[in-house]
Amino acid sequence: MSAVFAAVRAEEQNFPLFVHVLGATILVGGLLTAATILALARGDARSLRVGYWTLLAMSFPGWIIMRVGAQWIYSEQGWDDLPDDFEEPAWLGIGYFAADLGGLILLVSLIVGGIGVYRLRADKGSGLLRATMILSLILLAAYVVAAWAMSGKPN
Amino acid sequence: MSFDDWMLALHVLSAFSYVAGLVLFWVLIVAARRTDTPGPTLSFAPFTKVGNAAVGIGAGGTIVLGIFLAFSVGDYDIWDPWIVAALVLWFVAAGLGQRTGKAYLVPVQKAQELNAAGQTGPNTELLALNRTSQGLMLQFLASLVLLLILADMIWKPGA
Repeated sequence: MSAVFAAVRAEEQNFPLFVHVLGATILVGGLLTAATILALARGDARSLRVGYWTLLAMSFPGWIIMRVGAQWIYSEQGWDDLPDDFEEPAWLGIGYFAADLGGLILLVSLIVGGIGVYRLRADKGSGLLRATMILSLILLAAYVVAAWAMSGKPN
Repeated sequence: MSFDDWMLALHVLSAFSYVAGLVLFWVLIVAARRTDTPGPTLSFAPFTKVGNAAVGIGAGGTIVLGIFLAFSVGDYDIWDPWIVAALVLWFVAAGLGQRTGKAYLVPVQKAQELNAAGQTGPNTELLALNRTSQGLMLQFLASLVLLLILADMIWKPGA
């Protein structure tokens, strides 16, 4: 049975968890929105810009809130007090892997998309924003797996 | 993972879908506030379909799986205060969402009328409809209610 069901969570862990989940939902919402708008923009410059700005103004702050909440609850639950040779559960590893590698990919997609928006102004095509859309979809899939792992807690 | 764990994971993923749909509508609402021509107003339609699908899957998944979990998990009962609160808030959010959708359907209908009449240029009435304060307020309230549901799910008052 999942730890969420079985454990009575200590009161002081609730707010960090709230911050973590809130950030994660904003991140996923921003990714879905950005990917949808970039995919369905059909070359419309205004829509492409809205898609990119969604990634920058929703997903990026969402990632920061999610990551701060993750570290906070990690500390509150005492995971960082365990000996180095202690093997952490798989769901925690999946969560960290998705958060940190995903953060890096998000940063790359923001840089690529930023250049894409700049090139769009110069009428040099929307190829880089297509790349941003693909990266957003990959991130969305990764965070869906992470959310599944964090809530279902396999292993 | 037990069957209940799977149901919980899908319940949480449904909640993510619900919020993702809400985020998408927020972006469209902000984008529409600077839209005064029929073409761009109507160009939001494909995005709206994705938002509606996300909200539909999210709302359906959270309520069905949530009720299933309330009966299936031994530690919880459907009449637990936090579960009753979540159910009430879910229905409030659904009602607010429906009313928000209706409020933002008005500018779409206006844009269709203008398009049919061949008036494709800027229109102040369309801009005012796209900036509906009623729709904005309803969307804000729906978001607030979802935030309350999230807090209720985490703090579980009365559990």
